[in-house]
Amino acid sequence: MREVIELQVNGIRHRLEVEPNRRLLDVLREDLDLTGTKYGCGEGQCGACTVLVEGRAIRSCITPVHLVAGRPITTIEGVAHGGRLHPLQEAFLEVDALQCGYCTPGMIMSGLALLTANPDPSEDEIIRFMNGNICRCGTYGRIVRAIQRAAQKMRKENRR
Amino acid sequence: MRGEIFGELLNPALEPERYELFATSLPIAPTSHDPGSVGENGLTALAEEPLREIAPLLTRRQFCQALGAGLLVLLFRDVRALQESGGGRRTGSPSLPQEISAWLHISREGLVTVYTGKVEVGQNIRTSLTQVVAEELRVPIERIRLVMGDTDLTPFDAGTFGSRTTPTMAAHLRRVAAATRELLLDLAAEQWQVGRATVEIADGKVRHLASGRSQDIGELTRGQKLSRPLPDTVAPTPPEQWRILGASVPKVNGRAFVTGEHRYTSDLKLPGMLYGKVLRPPAFGATLVSVDTREAESMPGVLVVREGDFVGVAAPSTEQAARALAAIRAEWKTTPQPSSREIFEYLKKNPIEAQGWEGRSQHLVGSLEEGWHLAEKRFQQTYTVAYIAHAPLEPRAAVAEWKDGRLTVWTGTQRPFGVRSELARAFGLPEDRVRVIVPDTGSGYGGKHTGDAALEAARLAKAAGRPVKVVWTREEEFTWAYFRPAGVIEVRSGVKADGTITAWEFHNYNSGAAAIRTPYAIPNQHIEFHPTRSPLRQGSYRALAATANHFARETAMDELAHLVGMDPLAFRLKNLADERLRAVLEAAASRFGWGKAKPAPDRGVGLAAGFEKGGYVATCAEIAVDRTSGEVKAVRVVTAFECGAILNPDHLKNQIEGAIVMGLGGALFESIEFENGKILNPRFSRYRVPRFSDLPHIEVVLLDRRDLPSAGAGETPIVAIAPAIGNAIFHATGLRLRSLPLAPHGLKGEIKPQS
Repeated sequence: MREVIELQVNGIRHRLEVEPNRRLLDVLREDLDLTGTKYGCGEGQCGACTVLVEGRAIRSCITPVHLVAGRPITTIEGVAHGGRLHPLQEAFLEVDALQCGYCTPGMIMSGLALLTANPDPSEDEIIRFMNGNICRCGTYGRIVRAIQRAAQKMRKENRR
Repeated sequence: MRGEIFGELLNPALEPERYELFATSLPIAPTSHDPGSVGENGLTALAEEPLREIAPLLTRRQFCQALGAGLLVLLFRDVRALQESGGGRRTGSPSLPQEISAWLHISREGLVTVYTGKVEVGQNIRTSLTQVVAEELRVPIERIRLVMGDTDLTPFDAGTFGSRTTPTMAAHLRRVAAATRELLLDLAAEQWQVGRATVEIADGKVRHLASGRSQDIGELTRGQKLSRPLPDTVAPTPPEQWRILGASVPKVNGRAFVTGEHRYTSDLKLPGMLYGKVLRPPAFGATLVSVDTREAESMPGVLVVREGDFVGVAAPSTEQAARALAAIRAEWKTTPQPSSREIFEYLKKNPIEAQGWEGRSQHLVGSLEEGWHLAEKRFQQTYTVAYIAHAPLEPRAAVAEWKDGRLTVWTGTQRPFGVRSELARAFGLPEDRVRVIVPDTGSGYGGKHTGDAALEAARLAKAAGRPVKVVWTREEEFTWAYFRPAGVIEVRSGVKADGTITAWEFHNYNSGAAAIRTPYAIPNQHIEFHPTRSPLRQGSYRALAATANHFARETAMDELAHLVGMDPLAFRLKNLADERLRAVLEAAASRFGWGKAKPAPDRGVGLAAGFEKGGYVATCAEIAVDRTSGEVKAVRVVTAFECGAILNPDHLKNQIEGAIVMGLGGALFESIEFENGKILNPRFSRYRVPRFSDLPHIEVVLLDRRDLPSAGAGETPIVAIAPAIGNAIFHATGLRLRSLPLAPHGLKGEIKPQS
């Protein structure tokens, strides 16, 4: 049965009439047209669907929408502010940490969750944290560098 | 008997390189065109009015869309040359504008639009082709836009595969842009009534030096109605003078990817669009006995489509479509089929002749008898490779819309024109009533040559009378796409005690002929590809069979070196005549420090090298074996690569790094398991692909040969990693592994724990 659910996505409140067990991924993509969050596997194995809920990375393809009702959700569309890219987005571009780019939104969301929890991660910590995200083009080394570079940028900005 | 081959791609046109040893350069129109030899046809610049003269060559719609105000430059193909070369392998249709092989447009605002039938799947050709045009036209990167893979707007192209974009399309667009540059200089000289030699072009502007007059190229085209041939002797800018080519220009539309703004096919949404799903049989080759769709049909908003064995649904959301599909009760008839456990015996026992390609798959040099006679040691081994899946992160997807008797399909494919033909055939439409558009796609790796999802979406959309999107699930992608062929390779060789190879016999069953010939100088050779039947649908995969053939050859080379007690590098160099291959081998070995230090305990080093599609690659790898868990990990990989003049060094490096990482999967653990027509591991949780934790320390050495034409690089860097890893495992453990994947479950049970 459908229910009215309030979703708070990228700072905007939406009242939606949805099946409470529908995947958050589908609600974001089909009902809110936020298609930056990708489908990759449907079993939480590849990380393409990663979004932040209260700052923590979750897999939206295995998350029923009712579980995140009322909680702040950030998708890739909410990462840049006023046309200004987040340092992690900049870093992805600077080191060309993508090829086809399909995994990129999920990588950036996971990377953000990591940097929120650990502003100065070691290479090993990055690899451990990011291991649930798959890039078939094989740009892992560049993604590690992008996260390190963003961490550095963010620390600099914070010091200012 | 043939009925056993379910959905096998037996069409050599789809993957000619699999069958023909000598197809190193395919006549993929229009790129074999050389304006220097055009003759009476040639480059013609036209704008507005005169287009009517050549309009019959194209559909009117194509021109209306391609042509805004401004200047349109057309490049004519030499039709006679195409006829002489037989052109018969092309898959085009008579309705295609075959006489015109390129066009570009300069708007009055000075924006340059270039049209190419190639598609972007992550190999970054949108960037490299933009660089090509910017370089030759002397226009900043930001003012160039590429329209790619749209069958209504772009010239015919056979497809984006075979590493052909750089050697053919880039070369082609270089000439087109260079010729256009010369035309613009002519125009400026005429308008200003000054000597042609006194006009210069740079940064999107033409300048007359003496008078200081300057005009944007866009202004120059204003009001022009041109119809005259361009000079056909235009030489592209020599690499020594490159300013934009040869530089690490970042991905031109990168920003759209890091913000999530880019819309892949699977992200598209049309007004009134429904989400479609297709009922899949429980096994390959199963036939539908009965189906009950009543419950699904009773669901609100759900449409059920049944046409023969095709059963599909369309619904207002993915969730509803999935529920409707689950509510369909179907009974299928299945037949027993071979399993992955017996696949290699099956391949050996089931030869086929690929029609029309007989005899082309053999390469004979000297006399093997002579070779055996000269040999002091003989060697014989068998190698195997498993079926593997491309698993592109964006699964197959398509959005189809029928409007006014025309079908438009957005889909992620490497062959937009081929998919257009598939659609036209399936729906009995002339090709000019079908349009295929390929948004920049979430990778392909050779796996997106067919139009399966496009056909499904079009079928459902036709029945629904509304646009329909079909996005395959990961399980569908792992099951109903096609696989890299499994193969068996038998090698026999003879060698003198001093390390000279005297005889080389190499038989590949099923995986293909790509890179089957040895790059080593061996006087007596018999090399042959034997097509066989395949229980699974199989097709192109990044580098095709070059991976399998390099694995067998370079492992055998290592075994031969061991047999005569030589260092693997010295043994290869001794048998090598090709200087370019020698150069990458030496570059990789030198950066790696080959032979310099003894590896730590339970570590080993290995190397492999090869050549394919104009690129030369050598890889040195160091691996570590955990004797307790049996786990094998690549810890350090050095790859040297040379593909002529480098167009974009950082993107080239990115491709090589990616190929190494992707290649690690096929080398160590990827394998499709199947039984009775069912894939047993169709999920990322059951089919392991490389992850962050598999990442070795990678170093790439690029050899930039500006004196040589540029070759593609998306494929060849993948071919040396598997044998290098296998050889390193042998070095570390003494265990010689001859099957890919080498260690799907680690080496536990095969090596002794540390005592």
